[in-house]
Amino acid sequence: MTAVAAPPQPDALGRRPPARVLLIGMLIAAACTLPFVLDAFWLSTADFILIAAIGGLGLNVLTGYTGQVSLGHAFFLGIGAYTAAFLSDHGINAAIWIPGAGIAAGLLGLLVGPIALRLRGLYLAIVTIGLVFLGTHLFVNIPSITGGPAGRATPQPQWGPADFGGDGLTVAGLTFDRNGCYYFLSLLVLVLAMWFVHNLMRTRTGRSMQAVRDREIAAELMGVNVARAKLASFVVSSILAGVCGALFSAFLFHVDPSQWGLLLSIQFVAIIIVGGIGTVWGALLGSVFITGLPAILQQYSDSLPFLQHSAGEGGIAVSDATNLLYGLLIVVFLVVEPRGLMGIVARANASIGRRRRNATPSVHPSAILEE
Amino acid sequence: MTTFLQLLFNGIALGCVYALIALGFTAIHRATNVINFAQGAFLLLGSYLVSTATVDRGLPFAVAVLFGLVAMVVIGIVFQVLVLRRVQGQPVFTVVMITIGLNIILVAVVSALFGSNERGNGVGDPWGNTGVHVGGVVLLWVKTWTIVATAAILAGFFAFDRFSRYGLATRATAIDEEAALAAGIPVRRVNAIAWGLAGALATVAGIFLSGAPNVLDPSIGDIALLAFPAVIIGGLDSPIGAVAGGLVIGLVYEFFDGYSGSLPWLGHNFYSIAPYVVMIMVLLVKPYGLFGRRPVERV
Repeated sequence: MTAVAAPPQPDALGRRPPARVLLIGMLIAAACTLPFVLDAFWLSTADFILIAAIGGLGLNVLTGYTGQVSLGHAFFLGIGAYTAAFLSDHGINAAIWIPGAGIAAGLLGLLVGPIALRLRGLYLAIVTIGLVFLGTHLFVNIPSITGGPAGRATPQPQWGPADFGGDGLTVAGLTFDRNGCYYFLSLLVLVLAMWFVHNLMRTRTGRSMQAVRDREIAAELMGVNVARAKLASFVVSSILAGVCGALFSAFLFHVDPSQWGLLLSIQFVAIIIVGGIGTVWGALLGSVFITGLPAILQQYSDSLPFLQHSAGEGGIAVSDATNLLYGLLIVVFLVVEPRGLMGIVARANASIGRRRRNATPSVHPSAILEE
Repeated sequence: MTTFLQLLFNGIALGCVYALIALGFTAIHRATNVINFAQGAFLLLGSYLVSTATVDRGLPFAVAVLFGLVAMVVIGIVFQVLVLRRVQGQPVFTVVMITIGLNIILVAVVSALFGSNERGNGVGDPWGNTGVHVGGVVLLWVKTWTIVATAAILAGFFAFDRFSRYGLATRATAIDEEAALAAGIPVRRVNAIAWGLAGALATVAGIFLSGAPNVLDPSIGDIALLAFPAVIIGGLDSPIGAVAGGLVIGLVYEFFDGYSGSLPWLGHNFYSIAPYVVMIMVLLVKPYGLFGRRPVERV
């Protein structure tokens, strides 16, 4: 209770202690050199990780910070992807269609939010499953935008000399291929999104979101506008999902409606559980695990026992093996380390005697769906 | 009129299957406050076990069904004891997410063991694609048996719930777990029984679902996803609601399928999502389902 040992906190203006700024700067610098070290396969895996982390961050705002369990994230990714495609079909530049995808998904979140406000806990989770099915049905039935069941090619950003669909960009002797271009674009979006969410959670709106998660009725009694907090959370989460969907579909070159299914939603839930619920960094850490895993299995299927090397051979198909691992990761983390990787990080910090400065510890899942 | 009667019959038969799945959800939710997202995987695994016993091992159908039921009861109980007891007392979110993980694991295991192709001979049921004709309506044996068996199972369930010691214990646990514990009710055993029951109900549903003219392949597990609307419409706590919701969903599905030709503006395959549309409409009016209670909350 004494003030002596208090860890350095951001001051009234939100300025952080220099050590932390330095750490984040070093991390960003390391992230920027990564593409020059990785080969094409690992770089494209890193792209998927960064893109998925954007969507995971969105889900963490809704589920982790506001306590609203959603299995409908894939729907908003799909909306983002097709908004991007639609805008691009009308000759609009990627500088518009990437944020446009977020805005369209956000507006839809605003539309769906009020319905969800009536529902609590598991009822909400199941209605959001319904949203995924409705979305898939919708996507199949508007072939002019989505290409119908067969899918469609997706637009590639093109800014001046930077051609994301083809040769990439050459600046001052440095060549960024397609993977490299997507890497820096996704990294930029992710860093901005993490910064935004980090700050959002220190605002009145963000605090009220967390109050809704911790005890909805108590929050309401204390004057928190629960409906407004939930709606804001829905919108922010959907915007990030939309942007993630636009980048994801563009990076894939080709998407079809079946991709925006329940399994994708579950993967995002797995990302935040494994990474750490209610943390900014959890989405990225979880994404490294959950998104990186299939890539690793695919890459090393030749040298791993029991795995099928190609279709029709004996052994477990790689897709089955990855699903098996997702499932196991979810179960193991929830039973053994419910606070996810961020919980492990916090514990490691504590065990080497350092305090976690200025950081919200990850939230134990007990904060969610406690009724 | 013939079409209508045919769809009505098919809808009731399908509704019975959904009622069985939904009853599994309700049984677990009443005892543990959790929705078991692995119910679809239970259904899948149960029907594959029966199929292996009949088609691969050549056991008689009745023996195979018994084997499937016993195996799934054991699997349900083992999962409850080995995994869920570790997280007992933890919040609903944790347990629900664990069941989602279990669902992914079981589906992957079945797909890895049996491949993703359709299994010849399905569950090896004796009904084939035959039935009786009444007027212009075809009453397939598998559907007739679905209705008869479901009626018997429901009667058994409600008798168990109403008259047996464990039925009473389950109802007490549903009302208040801590109070039930304090009164000496073996809540752990009640929970284990609920999981075993759900495994058995899912297996029965799976057998009837994969009988001809339907087929058995790993996608059958997704059927349970359509039982969510059933259990939500009925309200998670109410067994009667689960049955009513199941019948509603079965009828909605078959009628939208049968009359899809006259509703082209709804898009291709609308019937497959019609149950969700109905569910969302019901929830907009009654957020806790038609038969569910609004929980009393304390701060």
